[in-house]
Amino acid sequence: MTIIEQVRRRAEADAKTYGYYLIPQPELLQGFLEGLKTNEDRYGYPLCPCRLASGIFEYDRDIICPCDYRDPDVAQYGSCYCRLYVNKEVYESKNLPEVPERRPVEKQGRAYGTQAATAKQAPAQGGQEKPSAKAEKAQVAVKKKLWYCKQCGYVVFREDPPYICPICKAKKEMFAEIESTLEFNG
Amino acid sequence: MQFSKVSGKKNNHKVTLYALSTCVWCKLTKEFLNENNVEYEYIYVDLCDEDDKQKIRDIIQSKVGSLIYPTTIVDDKVVITGFRKDKLKEVLEI
Repeated sequence: MTIIEQVRRRAEADAKTYGYYLIPQPELLQGFLEGLKTNEDRYGYPLCPCRLASGIFEYDRDIICPCDYRDPDVAQYGSCYCRLYVNKEVYESKNLPEVPERRPVEKQGRAYGTQAATAKQAPAQGGQEKPSAKAEKAQVAVKKKLWYCKQCGYVVFREDPPYICPICKAKKEMFAEIESTLEFNG
Repeated sequence: MQFSKVSGKKNNHKVTLYALSTCVWCKLTKEFLNENNVEYEYIYVDLCDEDDKQKIRDIIQSKVGSLIYPTTIVDDKVVITGFRKDKLKEVLEI
């Protein structure tokens, strides 16, 4: 069981690190923390309370709070999609902006049993598909690559490069794929 | 799909709310409809099974394009995404 105070402390610490604030309305903040706690108990990770999860880590990793989209959304709109994290201006004015969904539609769709649907169409081998087999499918469907930040050299192994480099704050465009090949001799 | 029905005196529109049980804005939308005595049905998509999730995805995607919660559909035509008091008031004539 996750304790709500832990969720709160983690969010507060994270906001402080990035120079953000948490939503200024205490009753809404409590609602977000409870949503995060429920999701952490349910999925094993604090998934965004405003988005639908697939329950498969590889599919959900971009929307684990703080999500991949938070930093560009706070930079552009003054708050994240949920409005849990806000900048100083929004915090002080208490005027929450409208923030459109930045997460690509194809990623949103992964939470709706798309993989299960494909699995059903494929010739079934050995009857019922186990959850682990589903997770394996996700591993295959999500093609991870090595990316490096051209500015600071930070290397990350995931589907897409981050919007902003967590080390030097360079933009996504500064990331390039590391292409590697294996050669076998003899 | 198992929708939960909430009865209300204001029942001249068919109001369907697609929500997440963890979502603050979905909760506020429900509270707003309750306060205004609007009759509506809602479903917590995160608590649905996979078949229902796929059906819901098709419904929302065909009307909205993007899968956003809360999505409120009025009379199968008007779509309101997010907790938008102003739009709800306008469409439901509150």
